[in-house]
Amino acid sequence: MSFEDWYRQDRLPHIYCAGCGNGTVINCTLAAIDQMGWKKEETVFVSGIGCSSRAPGYILTDSLHTTHGRALAFATGVKLANPNLNIVVFTGDGDLAAIGGNHFIHACRRNIDLTVVCMNNQIYGMTGGQGSPTTPLGCLSTTTPYGCAEMPFDLCELATAAGANYVSRWTSYHVKELEKAVKAGLETPGFSFIEALVQCPTAFGRRNKLRQVADHVEYLRSHSLLSVKRDRMLEKGEKIPEDMFVVGELTRRNRPALGVKKP
Amino acid sequence: MTRTEFWQGNTACAEGALAAGCNFFGGYPITPSTEIAEHMAVKLPKKGGVFIQMEDEIASMASIIGASWTGARAMTATSGPGFSLMMENIGFAAMTETPCVVVNVQRGGPSTGQPTMSAQGDMMQARFGSHGDYAIIALCPANVQEMYELTVKAFNLADQYRVPVFLMADETIGHMREKILIPDTVGRINRKPLVPGTLPFKADADLIPGFGQFGTGQHVHVTGLTHDERGYPCATNPKVHASLVQRLVDKIENARDDMADYDIINPDASQVFIAYGAPVRTVQQVMHDNKDKDIGFLRIRIVWPFPGKALAAFRNARHFFVPEMNLGQIAREIERHVRVPVISIPKLGGELHAPAELIAALEANL
Repeated sequence: MSFEDWYRQDRLPHIYCAGCGNGTVINCTLAAIDQMGWKKEETVFVSGIGCSSRAPGYILTDSLHTTHGRALAFATGVKLANPNLNIVVFTGDGDLAAIGGNHFIHACRRNIDLTVVCMNNQIYGMTGGQGSPTTPLGCLSTTTPYGCAEMPFDLCELATAAGANYVSRWTSYHVKELEKAVKAGLETPGFSFIEALVQCPTAFGRRNKLRQVADHVEYLRSHSLLSVKRDRMLEKGEKIPEDMFVVGELTRRNRPALGVKKP
Repeated sequence: MTRTEFWQGNTACAEGALAAGCNFFGGYPITPSTEIAEHMAVKLPKKGGVFIQMEDEIASMASIIGASWTGARAMTATSGPGFSLMMENIGFAAMTETPCVVVNVQRGGPSTGQPTMSAQGDMMQARFGSHGDYAIIALCPANVQEMYELTVKAFNLADQYRVPVFLMADETIGHMREKILIPDTVGRINRKPLVPGTLPFKADADLIPGFGQFGTGQHVHVTGLTHDERGYPCATNPKVHASLVQRLVDKIENARDDMADYDIINPDASQVFIAYGAPVRTVQQVMHDNKDKDIGFLRIRIVWPFPGKALAAFRNARHFFVPEMNLGQIAREIERHVRVPVISIPKLGGELHAPAELIAALEANL
C-alpha cells in the first residue's frame, strides 16, 4: 500500500487552494500511517471546522467531521468507547487554540491516546483571513488591519506544559522530518501533538509580503531553528532571534496515558 | 419477578440507564443532576463501561456523540446552563443522526437562576434550542418509577429513530425519593445496522438510514455539513439540503402517533387538565380530592413530538387547563391543536403548584 491508497478518489477535486500547504501535511500523515501498517477499518480520523478539518472527508476510513473546536472532545468519546481504534485528529490553529483551547489542554492533561496533527497557517483561512491565536505580532489579517497587537500562542509549549507525551514542530518544507514526527507520534502511547506550520497564500501570504508560495515555504525553512541548535545557542549564551521558531522533537516522555489499546 | 427499592429520582435514572445497557457516560457536575453522574461513576466501570468527567458540557455532549459512533449506548446528564452549552452539539447529533440520551434535570432559569429549585423552563429549548430545523424526542417523568422507565425508553427511541432523546426531568422528580419496582429485565430496541454496500445516509421507507458503526470497515464519513446519501459534504445544493432537513424532521414527526405515550382519564369531562412532569402530581391530587367534579386529565409522557391526536379524545372539553412550571411553553403548543380555550396555569419560583391554585383556575372558568 502507499499513502495514495488512503484517499477517497470519488471526493476529488478537493477544496484546498492552489499552493496550500495542507496537502503536504495530509500526505505526510498518511505516509506515516501507511508505514505503521494500520488497517483502514481500525483507523478513525476526527476533525473540527476549518480548512485543515476538511481532511478526514478525503480519506477512506471512518471519519467524524465535527463542530468548531470540539474535535478532541469527540475524539475522546470515540477512543474511550473503543480503545482498539487508532485515532488521528486533524485540526488548525483557530480550531485548536481559540475555540478549542480548553479541550486541547484537557486532552493533553488526560494524555489520552490520540495523535493530533495541527496545520498551523497562522490565520483563519476558510472564513477569509482573520487573525488567529497564532498570528504573529504585527502581521496583517482582515481583523488585524493595523498589525496583530496580541502575542501568539506557542502551541508546542502549551501541549508540553499541559501534559502531552509527545510534541514536535515542523513545517510544510520539512516533509521527511514531518513524516517521521507523525510516525513517532502514532507510535507513542498517550497524547501526541505534531504542529506543522503551513503556507496559506490565499489568506496569509498575500497580506504579509509572502504572495509567492515558494517565498512563503522559503520563509518557513529559513526561519526554522532546529531544537538541538537552539539548545547549543542557549548553552553558549547566544541570543535566539525573535523571528525564528523552534522545530524538531520537543517533548518525548512516558507519563500515564488514557485510552491505550490493551496488548 | 421484580424487586422494590426506595430511590431518589436521579438514582432511578442512572439505574434505568444501566439496565438499558448504557455503557458510556460523559458528563460535567451541575446541580440538580449531579447524582446521576456520581452514580454512573461508581457503577459503569464495574460493568465494563466508561465514565468520563469532561471539561465542560460542550465536551460532554461531544464525547457521547463520539462514543455512540463506536456503537456505545451513550448518555449525559445536566441542567439548564449545561443544556444551553450542549445546544450546538445537539444540533450536530440531529444532523448526523447520532443516537444519544441527554438528561436535563430542569432548574429555575434563565442563567444561573435557581440551581436547587424545580422548573420546566427548558421545554421549548429542548425542541428548538439548536439552530436550524430539526426534530427530537423529549420524555417527561412525573415520578421516580418513570425516571427509571422513561430512561430505558429514551435509549430505545434514540436507537430506533437515530436521534438525540431528552429526558426532561425536573429538580422535584430528580431529588424526591419514592418506592420503585425494578423489573429483572427491560426491553431493548437496537439500531438498524447499515447493510454493507448501501449508502450510509440513504434512508429506508421509515426515513431512517442503517447505522454504519465505526470500526466495522464501512468507511463512513460523518459530517455536520449538509451531506448527500454517501455522507459527503454537499452544502450548496439546495435540493440536497431541503430533502435532508425535511427527512430529519419527518422521521420523527411522522412517527408521533407510533411513539405517543400518554394517559387519558375521564375523556367525557368538560374541564380537562393537561400536564407532564412534576405538575402531574398536583393534578392527581386535585382529581383525588374532587372525585365528584367533572374533571378530565391528559397526562403526557412524551411531550415532543407533541401527541396532538390525544386531545381529540376529549370531545366534550370546554377548557383545557395546563399547569406548567414555566410561563406556558406547552400551553402554546396545545393551542395549535384545539379550538376551545387553553388556560395556562404558570408557576415560577421553584415550587410545585398547590392543589388550591388548580381549583381556583377551574372555578374561574366554569
